[in-house]
Amino acid sequence: MESVSVNAVRMRNITKTFGPVAANSKVNLDIKQGEILSLLGENGSGKTTLMNMLAGIYYPDDGQIFVGEREVSIPSPKDAFSLGIGMIHQHFKLVDVFTAAENITLGLPEKGKLDLKAVSAKIQEICDRYGFDVNPAQKIYDMSVSQKQTVEIVKVLYRGADILILDEPTAVLTPQETNRLFDVLRNMRADGKSIIIITHKLHEVMDISDRVAVLRKGEYIGEVKTGDTNPQKLTDMMVGRAVSLNIDRPAPKIRNRRLAVKDLNVVTAEGVHALKDVSFDVFGGEILGIAGISGSGQKELLEAIAGLQRTQADSHIIYYPPGPEEAIAGQHTPLESTNEELIGKTPRQIHNIGVSLAFVPEDRLGMGMVDNMGMVDNMMLKTYRVGKGPFVDRKPPKALAEKILTDLTVVTPGINTPVRRLSGGNVQKVLVGREIASNPTLLMTAYAVRGLDIHTSYTIYHLLNEQKAKGVAVMFVGEDLDVLLELCDRILVLCAGQVNGIVDARSITKEEVGLLMTNLQEKTTRDTKEVS
Amino acid sequence: MRISKRDSISAGKAWAIRGGALLLSLILCGLIIFAIVKLNPVKVYEAMFDGAFGTKRRAWVTIRDTMMLLCIGIGLAPAFKMKFWNVGAEGQILVGGIVTAGIMIKLGASMSTPVLLIVMAVASLAAGALWGIIPAVFKSSWGTNETLFTLMMNYIAIQLTSFCVALWENPYGSNTVGVINQKTHAGWFPSVLGQTYGLNVLLVMALAIGMFFYLRSSKQGYEIGVVGSSENTARYAGINVAKVTVRTMAISGAICGMAGFLAVAGSSHTISTSTAGGRGFTAIIVAWLAKFNTFVMILISLLLVFLEKGSIEIASRYQLNDFAAQMITGIILFFILGSEFFINYQVHVNRHKK
Repeated sequence: MESVSVNAVRMRNITKTFGPVAANSKVNLDIKQGEILSLLGENGSGKTTLMNMLAGIYYPDDGQIFVGEREVSIPSPKDAFSLGIGMIHQHFKLVDVFTAAENITLGLPEKGKLDLKAVSAKIQEICDRYGFDVNPAQKIYDMSVSQKQTVEIVKVLYRGADILILDEPTAVLTPQETNRLFDVLRNMRADGKSIIIITHKLHEVMDISDRVAVLRKGEYIGEVKTGDTNPQKLTDMMVGRAVSLNIDRPAPKIRNRRLAVKDLNVVTAEGVHALKDVSFDVFGGEILGIAGISGSGQKELLEAIAGLQRTQADSHIIYYPPGPEEAIAGQHTPLESTNEELIGKTPRQIHNIGVSLAFVPEDRLGMGMVDNMGMVDNMMLKTYRVGKGPFVDRKPPKALAEKILTDLTVVTPGINTPVRRLSGGNVQKVLVGREIASNPTLLMTAYAVRGLDIHTSYTIYHLLNEQKAKGVAVMFVGEDLDVLLELCDRILVLCAGQVNGIVDARSITKEEVGLLMTNLQEKTTRDTKEVS
Repeated sequence: MRISKRDSISAGKAWAIRGGALLLSLILCGLIIFAIVKLNPVKVYEAMFDGAFGTKRRAWVTIRDTMMLLCIGIGLAPAFKMKFWNVGAEGQILVGGIVTAGIMIKLGASMSTPVLLIVMAVASLAAGALWGIIPAVFKSSWGTNETLFTLMMNYIAIQLTSFCVALWENPYGSNTVGVINQKTHAGWFPSVLGQTYGLNVLLVMALAIGMFFYLRSSKQGYEIGVVGSSENTARYAGINVAKVTVRTMAISGAICGMAGFLAVAGSSHTISTSTAGGRGFTAIIVAWLAKFNTFVMILISLLLVFLEKGSIEIASRYQLNDFAAQMITGIILFFILGSEFFINYQVHVNRHKK
């Protein structure tokens, strides 16, 4: 790629403000023909905003965009397509009940009757050229996340895009799927397409891109050739100072059993067996990672423990309170002398028997918080009943909100600003902060660092390690295998709702976990795989 | 030209936009009045004001009707805050009115007015609550759609009212109930502080203050906010969604039922299918425009009633067609509702070269 390359797109002095916040300020960016450019930056650094202006979703307040040699104005996504620019968004924009072919042709200004045969032929041609695999007649709701993403990419190529923007395409993929995606991207590069990829995963940046451009707080920091840099240098550029990239993993100190899950079975309202004969133990003082392709039963598992999921008969979740010698023993007031069955209890009842359970759900705003309330009102979500009388006392939650604001450096216009106006990372800090403030004995997190930048992610890892050191049992449902392998003590791998192995995170490899995620083993071999 | 959502707007600016919209609507109405009927718009506006506040009696009627509308708005507020689309206020008012009228007719002679008033108030609250609970129970048990359900409940209430009117017909054959207890005034609101409608004002104002703090500072009000935002979050927080739904609709229906008590015992002293008179729907505008702030609701109710009284006056004084007066009301409402768009969104004009 050392030849004199032509600029496919030049962005000059692009400025975009939202209210008082400058999302982009005088950003310059060049994309060359036939290269893969990584756009890197922390949350809220303006990467997606910048790309949305190229895709016609936002309109810049100031600055110029050149495609080829010509200055252009891109007031809508349609105009972006006509310039050969296509974007694959983080959240797919597909019609569930339509087929792949229908989605791909949706909105195209073709006259007359839709010739599905011709469309399918053209889709096939694109697939063959770049190594995709799409069945044009398959409905979207029947597809895996990775297949949906493929449809999104084909949709853009079908419209003749030469410049492709991918916003965090690997966030939802397994390692194997990621590799397949990268192969396709390399084929497209060889074909002369320009590709911009937004990702937080530095090893992927190193793996796929030719050049890296870095944004920080809406400003363009600089660009480097991928060959001339390394993850540490890139992180320093992104954050603006030196940051350690090692995740701490102290050895567990006290290791008492906290939870015993036995023969847990969950059947969803649609009749799908979401969890099948799931049995495992959770220990205080360790982080138990839970790996699996998304939708393998992670959500149902955590919600069953939290009392939010209907379970089948003869499922058991037994809670073992911490012993009186433990630092976190605290306010536990057991009703029965020994241990407690959580199955069949509502979240309220679980709380009332003195189980201090903290839960950071996957859907942060739709389940963990009230999106149109501010930090203060969100702080009292689980504690508003405290105190006598019909009125709420907003003083303690206000103090807690202020503490979290300073301790975790939450960026918000005010503690009463609706939390939906906060960025994803700040929402997560508020949620994790609240859950940890409840002094849990069991802390469950689902995709705790999804969409968060490196800096915030490390803040979260640090908080989890602090809880682990206190003797809290931590369950960490994750998707990034590198993180799971570095942070957790043990990893439970779910595959199609079943426990497909519980492995020692210190000795297993990423590939082995990847295999366990996708290939369901025979029950007998699975048992021998378990380590305690 | 582009439109973008505003992040936030200062209260002063928001009220300036609303005031500007009102002024613009008056100017536009003025132009139309002048163009079509060649009247001096200022005179017409004066007449509108006269219609609402011209005499002491008119002013009190305006206040009485404002209180009625406000009461229904207060009733709708908790339901709407919970995102439970209660469009059944009409029915809830009617059932409250029916039991009030029934008690006035049947028990009017057997107890003193203060006791009678308390019995009627309790009965109307209970009847309205029942009318509110039924769709809430169906929704939380079987997931029925509350908009359709509450709307249908209106028709049941209207039929029930027709039936009662026929039952209590007075004089026989008139197909109306007539003024109940015209001679004894049993069960009529007594004048308070020398004002015929003083009790209406006191009751509704107490409700407005109570509801304001109920929604803002009570534990139940907080639960309503959480359920309205996301049922999943509510379940996560250990809130019993079904219980909150039913309880809130009981409160909502009860207050609307009490509006029926105000309408029958506190103003018309009769019952008919038009006792609610569409105010159950108008109050939806009141509740939403005020964003459930009961004090802002006072202003909006007053404005709506003022427009209604004013347009009746100009229609009769200038022999204008009824529709001409309604047109003026429509234009003013359009501008006021439309101004909310400019409060939530910002319009940019691009000066961009090709």
